[in-house]
Amino acid sequence: MTHPVMQEDTYTTPDGRKIGGVVMEMKNITLRFGGVTAIKDISFDIREGEVRAIIGPNGAGKSSMLNVINGFYHPQEGEVWFRGEKRGPMKPYQIARQGIARTFQNIALFKGMSTLDNIMTGRLIHMNTSIASQAFWKGPAESEEIANRERVEKIIDFLEIQTIRKTPVGSLPYGLQKRVELGRALASDPSLLLLDEPMAGMNVEEKEDMSRFILDVNDEFGTTIALIEHDMGVVMDISDRVVVMDYGAKIGDGTPDEVRKNEKVIAAYLGVAHD
Amino acid sequence: MPAEFWYGVEVLLNGLMAGVMYSLVALGFVLIFKASGIFNYAQGVMALFAAQTLVGIQTGQIPFAHIINVVLGTDVHHFGWHVPALLGLVLALVVMIVFAILVEKLVLKHLVNQEPIILFMATIGLAYFMEGFGELMWGADVKRIEIGLPQGGNAWVEENTAFLGGEDFYGFYLDTLDIVATLIAVALVTSLVLFSQYTKTGRALRAVADDHQAALSVGISLRTIWVIVWSIAGFVALVAGVMWGAKSGVQFSLSLIALKALPVLMLGGFTSIPGAIIGGLIIGVGEKMFEFLIGAPFLGGATENWFAYMLALIFLIFRPQGLFGEKIIERV
Repeated sequence: MTHPVMQEDTYTTPDGRKIGGVVMEMKNITLRFGGVTAIKDISFDIREGEVRAIIGPNGAGKSSMLNVINGFYHPQEGEVWFRGEKRGPMKPYQIARQGIARTFQNIALFKGMSTLDNIMTGRLIHMNTSIASQAFWKGPAESEEIANRERVEKIIDFLEIQTIRKTPVGSLPYGLQKRVELGRALASDPSLLLLDEPMAGMNVEEKEDMSRFILDVNDEFGTTIALIEHDMGVVMDISDRVVVMDYGAKIGDGTPDEVRKNEKVIAAYLGVAHD
Repeated sequence: MPAEFWYGVEVLLNGLMAGVMYSLVALGFVLIFKASGIFNYAQGVMALFAAQTLVGIQTGQIPFAHIINVVLGTDVHHFGWHVPALLGLVLALVVMIVFAILVEKLVLKHLVNQEPIILFMATIGLAYFMEGFGELMWGADVKRIEIGLPQGGNAWVEENTAFLGGEDFYGFYLDTLDIVATLIAVALVTSLVLFSQYTKTGRALRAVADDHQAALSVGISLRTIWVIVWSIAGFVALVAGVMWGAKSGVQFSLSLIALKALPVLMLGGFTSIPGAIIGGLIIGVGEKMFEFLIGAPFLGGATENWFAYMLALIFLIFRPQGLFGEKIIERV
């Protein structure tokens, strides 16, 4: 049986979510650092509304791929297509303004700032008043501030982090920091959300919480999510489709079930020798 | 209370006012250092250049008059008009903003991701370039700033505090200019802190200071922030240049106030705005009180020249990150 994704433009998942057409397409991406090839000729796509995972052992090139999508790295070969247009050489902040938000594997929060301020930075791309108007504060700058603050409060409620609103994030426990970082990414109302190992370093309970939040974001806001993990178990439960990378190459792509049965994937993860 | 005690208090007040000025200069360093990791050696020269520009604009000097005269064989020096103080300040600020944009476009843009020492060297080059450029543009003569700042001792304070001491005490002798400068500096520092806390640009500034990559990922353009930060530093330099210039004339030595900011930074930490303020006050009060209590009576005076550096050195040994700086922890 072939998966419906491959044939029709839109389809409905078993749990009833509608998956739309292709939002982002990576075509034959190759990324090199000097003599090292981090990504070898990889192509895949991300569809509107789906949870798309990129998995692979450590050093497989997953993070590099995410960095290509959000513009930290520029591939030597290949094309990135976003919403039907080929992307030119863009800076990461320009890509962020197109509605692509991300989190980081090692948490890149603004440590000296409060939870609220951190999430407010996510709203920056929606705030347009001039510096002069901000300097006087009253008027447009104030109402803009209030409107965006309301949006941020919704996200704080959603992530259940009301009690740490004013806490400097540097002093929060790891799991909560990860949640604040997700909040900051969500605050920009992204159409594509990139999560770099959202569950790395978490205990089982925290992993379950994070899985729930990821699914809720996808379900309630309709946000398309691309996430990276090397822990296969969690990913298989929450993803619609999975790309598997190993040593910079793509060795599998399909639904969790298909990927689980893929011999190359089994070999990469379990180290089984081919005969 | 004996009169000596009240003279001591007078020294303390003078120390606090000097300290606020040190804080103001140090603040210019901290702003740029936090946002871009650059120790801006040119901050002092920026203050000098800003003050020269203000005087030049106010007195209607023709920029680069010397070159124009040599090349065209003319003999022109002034436009013949006089610009009011407030307009002069606004125009000088515009010049500093243009300067910030040029620094970003011509220097910083090309040095992204370089080692801090390389950026530091670049600002040394920038300092000497600006020094020469400023003299070429406005001339090298000592200038007086006339924007209506009051000078001399403040009679009101003196008369109304005379009752404190006995017959030997005639009231606090405080320079009116120092009082005004302190009030302006306090207002400036307060508004900068409020701006950075409660506006979206302020939030973006703090974000960039904290983590460049994360800032990029939420859509902040580092280059825009750098221009803003250098503009604010230019504004701070203008205020510092005007205050110090009004005291001692606009001349080369004005650029050396940057050296006074160094011990303040070592005390307060390079990354902390409250640190710059507290550090400035400690140095200001410390050097005046040390001179009053120990220097003048026992060491033959003139301790103000080195006290700040001594204090900074002692601090460096025991608390290298400064009072409020981020603790430097590196994994082995």
